Amino acid sequence: MTRELSYVGKPIPRADAIDKVTGSASYTHDLCLPGMLHTALVLSPHASARIVAIDSQNAEALPGVRAVLTGRGLCYQLGLYMQDKCILARDVVRYQGEAVVAIAADTLDIAKAACQLVEVQYDLLPTVLDPREAMDASAHLVHPDLHTYEHMEGVFFPKAHTNIAHHQKIRKGSFDQAFEGADSTLTASFYNPPVQHVPMETHVSVAQALPGKRMEIWTSSQSPYTVRHLMSVCFDLPHAHVRVHVPYVGGGFGGKAGLGLEPLAYVLSRAAGGRPVKVAATREQEFNTLPSRQGLHSTIEIGASRDGKIVALKSTYVWDAGAYADYGVNIGRAAAYSGAGPYSIDNCWIDSFVVYTNKIFGTAYRGFGHLEILWGIERAMDLMARRLGMDPAEFRRRNLLKDGDTTITGEAFTSGHGNPLQCLESVAEAIDWGTPSEPSVDSYKVRGKGLAMLHKAPAMPTYTSCAVVIKLDEDGGGDILVSGVDYGQGTYTVLRQIAAEELRIPIEKIHITWECDTAFSPYDWQTVASRFAYMGGNAVIQAAADCLEQIRSVASQALNVAPEDLDFEDGVVFPKSDPTRGIPYSKLTLGYTFANGNSIGGPIIGHGRFIAKGLTHLDPETGQGLPAQYWTYGAHAVEIEVDTQTGEIEILNIVTALDAGKVLNPKLCIGQVVGGVVQGLGSALWEGFVFDAKGRFLNAGFVDYKIPTAKDIPRHMQQILLENPQPGGPYGARGVAEHPMISVPSAIGNALYDALGIEFNTLPLNYERILTRIKEKVEPS
Amino acid sequence: MHTIRFTVNGHVEQATVPATMTLLDLLRDRLALTGTKEGCGIGECGACTVLLNGNPITSCLMLAVEADGSDIETIEGEAIGGELSVLQQAFIDEGATQCGFCTPGMIMSARGLLNRIPDPSHEEIIEAIAGNLCRCTGYEAIISAIQLAAARLSQDIGSRDAQEGRAR
Ligand code: FES
Ligand code: FES
Repeated sequence: MTRELSYVGKPIPRADAIDKVTGSASYTHDLCLPGMLHTALVLSPHASARIVAIDSQNAEALPGVRAVLTGRGLCYQLGLYMQDKCILARDVVRYQGEAVVAIAADTLDIAKAACQLVEVQYDLLPTVLDPREAMDASAHLVHPDLHTYEHMEGVFFPKAHTNIAHHQKIRKGSFDQAFEGADSTLTASFYNPPVQHVPMETHVSVAQALPGKRMEIWTSSQSPYTVRHLMSVCFDLPHAHVRVHVPYVGGGFGGKAGLGLEPLAYVLSRAAGGRPVKVAATREQEFNTLPSRQGLHSTIEIGASRDGKIVALKSTYVWDAGAYADYGVNIGRAAAYSGAGPYSIDNCWIDSFVVYTNKIFGTAYRGFGHLEILWGIERAMDLMARRLGMDPAEFRRRNLLKDGDTTITGEAFTSGHGNPLQCLESVAEAIDWGTPSEPSVDSYKVRGKGLAMLHKAPAMPTYTSCAVVIKLDEDGGGDILVSGVDYGQGTYTVLRQIAAEELRIPIEKIHITWECDTAFSPYDWQTVASRFAYMGGNAVIQAAADCLEQIRSVASQALNVAPEDLDFEDGVVFPKSDPTRGIPYSKLTLGYTFANGNSIGGPIIGHGRFIAKGLTHLDPETGQGLPAQYWTYGAHAVEIEVDTQTGEIEILNIVTALDAGKVLNPKLCIGQVVGGVVQGLGSALWEGFVFDAKGRFLNAGFVDYKIPTAKDIPRHMQQILLENPQPGGPYGARGVAEHPMISVPSAIGNALYDALGIEFNTLPLNYERILTRIKEKVEPS
Repeated sequence: MHTIRFTVNGHVEQATVPATMTLLDLLRDRLALTGTKEGCGIGECGACTVLLNGNPITSCLMLAVEADGSDIETIEGEAIGGELSVLQQAFIDEGATQCGFCTPGMIMSARGLLNRIPDPSHEEIIEAIAGNLCRCTGYEAIISAIQLAAARLSQDIGSRDAQEGRAR
């Protein structure tokens, strides 16, 4: 008999909301410690130059200045996957905006004034900005010492004496032969510019160097334990000597994964005699000093049979890693194993190159490369369908992965993966696919519909794990200790729901503190890849079971009943045969006391854990292996209206279907989908970095870099959440946090063709680009 | 240095500030009212929104000295005696906060709107929060929350907000 669920699947409001609506939620940004110093940075005005000399004497002499640091004395190489970065530029600068000098002072004003007094002399070096040119043998090398860098062996393959930080290959079947023999073929190229995450709280870290080779850090981060590990390795300290706190975090979207400003704050504190130091990025620095999403040049080649079956697919991805590729290499890897879309392809050939250039460097951003690759793939699917004279939905239908197929890395696709076809059919039906749009009321506006598929799996090391501790309280409630970070996704609320469900106690009695502290909370790899609810949820289930076993053992003695004859409900443990003889948990959580005073048991603390199962490294030559713990599939369909006089697009309707496996909290899940779709609109319509010929970043701020505002949201949005359960997922759930953003641009690009009959292969689809193309079509040059 | 007097959330304050200090820094660094956030420091994100004599302003663009003699309301004054305002409760009920960093500014912009227009249209709501950036929610839930608050306030004449004479 399955029990009816009390909390899982219910729209429980988030517990952190009360702190957030009252202004009492405290972020790293708000932290002020006694004696805390503030930091300002001197940034490189050049994209590529040698640092000849730095004169900081006048800055050091300014009263109130406590530490002035340059890269010279900081001989550390940092990175999670690829140790290619310094704390401050050392000897050379590799992008405009790179930090060259950092000054900590009593006030921010003094630190800024001191920066004005620093003189840096540069010798310009050649600049390489286009990653395709950077692959040439003769190109300027952004990292001449690449061959000496430490990196994750067996997973990443930097090419010595080139700009190629990683090359991931997928080889399945025989592409060339199948492509030759295809009835119809297509080759098309696409481009995504780099974009910014734009968390509303910029990156900020506070660090204090403590006596006895210890340090304490407070940071706006997605990764408390990864920060702890990398800091401890970098500075050669025992792990337990590095204590990392993560209070409320004002948005991350991938940009706060791995290491950020923590090393800089620490070395400044060390130089300032151990005073705490805050390093807070300005909004401009958030754009041009801190990492972005990588740009991508992609070329997709498809061969198909007359009846609409893809017989061969080749993707070439050239990632614009920018100056550093620590995270970029892993995005390049994920792009390869996901690189054919959610389709069954027997003959597949993928090359994904992660290439250094002299630009702001890339990192993880919601979707981890998938919005970018699916811009190309899903546009190419429409192009191919039209070439075959086939409806784009029908063409996809004939090629989507289904039970019994194998993926391009050789993984067997089963019904446990979810149902991509059902996602497609759901959005097609909701948008009334096949029925042309009603004409606009304005004669100069035209309408069109488009759809696109999406898929993504968590990109994580094969050994990714997490742990959860549940401490039961005197009142019979529980505290969950966990080190994944809830920076707005709602995961803590979901974990509370699962704990309440499993422990059989009211949810009001389950607590999670919105501050991770590595001194007390157990290990979690990092909060990325839409994996926290999945892994953390499983660990909570195990920890709750551990608590119940301990309750069972004490209660069986207290009640003189065999352990297996006990059951639990509503915070009470009772004999199945006589529920009236129950004992409330509150009488057991610290131990049980008999009438005569004798006591047994003791405080109940449960432990649960989870580690990724069965993942393998990918074969370096063929890419075959198991990269993914689970996949999440989805689709979007849009209807748009284009103003042919201005080039502006209005989204009339966007329907999103995701196969969530199990919706753990519909309210929070829909919140993620709406937020993700609107973030995807940003990538589709407005966002993209602009550089001049010298590599100077021209739109590093909200005036020239527009993100969606309340005025830009679609007229109508619809979310369809499917529940084909994930074996091994908590209650059958799989991750959905990143996915809503992926393929939003692709669906809009496809709708643009439907509206205008013009192919757009470059993002963003801003009005200048659209208007130019409309004019070209009307008056071809 | 200038000495200024003003009220914040009903309390009289006096401060001696340099001419260059912003109202935002005064609130956050001197008065420890850190509920008001800084998202850009140059008037482009709305995270620092507070009410000045009842009207929403971006406090990062205003000099502290200009606030002399004025009446300022911040997010810390929105709940009274630990009791949430109708607007705050509506933000919770509609799921209008995710990371929460934009939320104080959003609520102050919404408060300013409801002070002026108790039953705003969809367009008026959008106009009122168009200067408040939110990267998490996609705005839909925020718009619904403001609509919900307006509806509840109009139904519930006896509510605390009504008694306080707010949002009227
Ligand atoms: S901080 Fe004032 S508008 Fe952004
Ligand atoms: S909730 Fe995160 S910015 Fe609005």
